[in-house]
Amino acid sequence: MPDLLGLVAYGSFFLAIIGINAIGCLGLNLQWGQTGLFNVGIAGFIAIGAYTSALLTTPATTDHIGGLHLPILIGWLGAMITSGLASFLVGAATLRLRSDYLAITTFGVAVTVHLVTLNAQSLTGGSFGIAFIPRPFETYASQPAVFGLANLALIVAVVVVLYVGLERLVRSPWGRVLRAIREEERAAASLGKSATRYRLQAFALGGAIMGLSGAIHASFIGFIAPDNYLSSVTFQIWTMLIVGGSGNNLGAILGAALIWTTWSATGFFTGMVFPPEQQARAAALQIVAIGLILSGTIVIRPRGLLGERTTVSRHLNG
Amino acid sequence: MQDRPSGSTGTQATGASPILSTLSLSKHFGGIAAVDGVSISVQRGAIVGLIGPNGAGKTTMFDMLAGDLKPTAGEIRLQGRAVQAEPAHARIRAGLGRTFQIPRPFAAMSLVENVMLGKQGQSGEVIWPNWFRPGLVAAEERRNFTEAMELLEFVTLQHLAHEPARVLSGGQRKLLELARVLMAKPEIVLLDEPAAGVNPSLLEIIIERIGALNSRGMTFLIIEHNMDLVSRLCRHVFVMASGKLLVEGTPETVVRDPDVIEAYLGGAKV
Repeated sequence: MPDLLGLVAYGSFFLAIIGINAIGCLGLNLQWGQTGLFNVGIAGFIAIGAYTSALLTTPATTDHIGGLHLPILIGWLGAMITSGLASFLVGAATLRLRSDYLAITTFGVAVTVHLVTLNAQSLTGGSFGIAFIPRPFETYASQPAVFGLANLALIVAVVVVLYVGLERLVRSPWGRVLRAIREEERAAASLGKSATRYRLQAFALGGAIMGLSGAIHASFIGFIAPDNYLSSVTFQIWTMLIVGGSGNNLGAILGAALIWTTWSATGFFTGMVFPPEQQARAAALQIVAIGLILSGTIVIRPRGLLGERTTVSRHLNG
Repeated sequence: MQDRPSGSTGTQATGASPILSTLSLSKHFGGIAAVDGVSISVQRGAIVGLIGPNGAGKTTMFDMLAGDLKPTAGEIRLQGRAVQAEPAHARIRAGLGRTFQIPRPFAAMSLVENVMLGKQGQSGEVIWPNWFRPGLVAAEERRNFTEAMELLEFVTLQHLAHEPARVLSGGQRKLLELARVLMAKPEIVLLDEPAAGVNPSLLEIIIERIGALNSRGMTFLIIEHNMDLVSRLCRHVFVMASGKLLVEGTPETVVRDPDVIEAYLGGAKV
């Protein structure tokens, strides 16, 4: 039954993309949902992770530097470290200032990263991007259904590990401090909590998770190019978090699923309904649909599908 | 319950070094001297009042003592150490806690967790133990929960322990702030208008609780307009006006001081 196998391959691809977006969304939830840090340069941190992993894992090549051909897992770890480090540096430079500066700076970082990926050809391959990024389970590539399911399983495993790890972290005294700083910084300081220190930790960790999402995406597709990392990615992740429920890790995952499903479904729908010559214009309807969901959420359910809990610590049965 | 707790008084020379003192402390905002060369000293174990008309610079004074504002000039000594250059979050470790004139509860968080945030030295406030030593964090959380519940009981809010703090009235918020700062076990607490907006029955509780804590050795510096509270709790008061220290003494003497009367009843000095 080739049709069924095709469906399995498509279904696992579809769910894998949701998983990859969910990872990025979990990173943003740590920064914004828990800590109130307004990062509008998500695409930049995802790109840093994607390129780091690509350079570490691709086979030796003359197209760009890197090509270290290291194991994929090392590439992913490296991605987390560079993205985390980049976030740490951006945070260290701006988190002492008013919150607006973080927004401006992160936006600038994303633009800069995009320009670097476009122009630093010896590092990034320029607009041609980096190809032949090793994919997990490459040996099964000739059997799309098996390949898709294996990758999906791996990505689901990463999402689960991240979810559990983040829940342990934010539903704890540490997460409680983040929320206290977000709600009443002066009161938190009067109780001995250094806002800068905690914000920096959350921002760096969130950035590392975004980098991981970029690295996994690069390994999953096997090819990256600068235009994968435009501000529309940032917008998409933000929408996922707002719709799913800011401050709730399950909400972040749910939002990723909902928005990606909407995106794909509207794409499928416009493909069915409109004639080929109108396809490019009809694609705008996808963004309209996302915009409608976003606006509807903000008006009807501003806390998102799953809101924040009153009791922070998982050690308390409240 | 004694109306006026025992304990040493304000600045009378007792030989002991004060727990908190300032030397010519000043804060200028542009050309305005909100606080202008104020020197005060608070003895350990005392309840000291800081009074004065609106705009006298009392809250600016508090914000400097608590580290929220950097002084333009002068020195703050806490337990014998100059602390004016240190950030606000370092004060509690040095033994100084505060409440706010307009309470700042963590509104979306349950009362008991509001209070638990006051606990110092929690392992769970560092990232790694939450992943690698969850048992340790859980045990601490249980202990801190019990302690926080006791403090909520102390301020008569235990029945609301699991409600978010936003449901509280103004007076209850003052009580919550008191419980929260007590969780940090400070040696001196700065209370900014503990009686403002508090209904009379809650006010009695607040006065009684401050007295009880003081009898266990806790020092208080209190900004307050309610002279009933001041005269019942404080043996020593500082009166500020127009950024300067006007006079100090017992509540009974300062309210009869002609300068104080003039400062309160208006009439710019000529």
